[in-house]
Amino acid sequence: MKARIKVTLKNGVLDPQGKAIEGALGALGFSGIESVRQGKFIEVELAEKDRTKAAAAIDEMCRKLLANTVIENYAVELDEK
Amino acid sequence: MKSAVVVFPGSNRERDMLYALELITGVKPHAVWHTERDLPDVDLVVLPGGFSYGDYLRTGAIAARGNIMPAIAKAADRGVRILGVCNGFQILCEAGLLPGVLMRNAGLKFVCRHVKLQVVNAETDFTRKYERGQVWNCPVAHGDGNYFTDTDTLARLEGEGRVALRYAEGTNPNGSLNDIAGILNERGNVFGLMPHPENMIEPLNGATDGRALFESVLEAVA
Repeated sequence: MKARIKVTLKNGVLDPQGKAIEGALGALGFSGIESVRQGKFIEVELAEKDRTKAAAAIDEMCRKLLANTVIENYAVELDEK
Repeated sequence: MKSAVVVFPGSNRERDMLYALELITGVKPHAVWHTERDLPDVDLVVLPGGFSYGDYLRTGAIAARGNIMPAIAKAADRGVRILGVCNGFQILCEAGLLPGVLMRNAGLKFVCRHVKLQVVNAETDFTRKYERGQVWNCPVAHGDGNYFTDTDTLARLEGEGRVALRYAEGTNPNGSLNDIAGILNERGNVFGLMPHPENMIEPLNGATDGRALFESVLEAVA
């Protein structure tokens, strides 16, 4: 089982890196950009075959380490390769 | 006063901290490697500055889950004073021993300079040797010092006098909420700050304004 985890900043949390990317895209001549937000992408390969158990394990990993829920949201996609 | 400095892979201010503690307390502090599961019997535990685990994932995130951390949480429960400086502050937040999080500096740059700190609360175990409102110089050196928390927690920190230090006179180097430089836990025995008082302790540093922070703990535990 493979988990694909997206960690993004919550709405309203300042994202200075996103702002810097937005500025750089503008400097390259890309117009019409309304906003840029950046985040993290994490892949975890699991030995677990059971989808429900895998989902529960990944959720716990996200809460305990992969995301800081004070400022970040996470979304998980599970793939049975 | 007996003290210990916890060392993680990537800590780099532990020697400054060990030196400062010995100079000010007159007792040689313990250095404790992060793989230990127990702390020596001490009055103060310090998490020093640095870049534990190369700041991977988030600053302090991996160190905060290290072997030694449950012992630090237990010591905090017993009322032992815990001080986190810079990366140590980030680790205490990630470990949940202090609320909130230290985000990337608003200006995106690593800042290494002197700031002015205002003592907002001079009745804490970490600031009692300062005067309320006193402004002192202290160096900072960090890329992630932008303190953030939710509105309710912020209101509680402010209302309960737990914002002990603020950046003063327009010297906020990182965009932190309410110019927060250092905060306490609810009980007042865990303190985290981004600036480096251990580098402001003898005339060679240009001033000795950081000494009072350590002398405060010394007095508090006496």
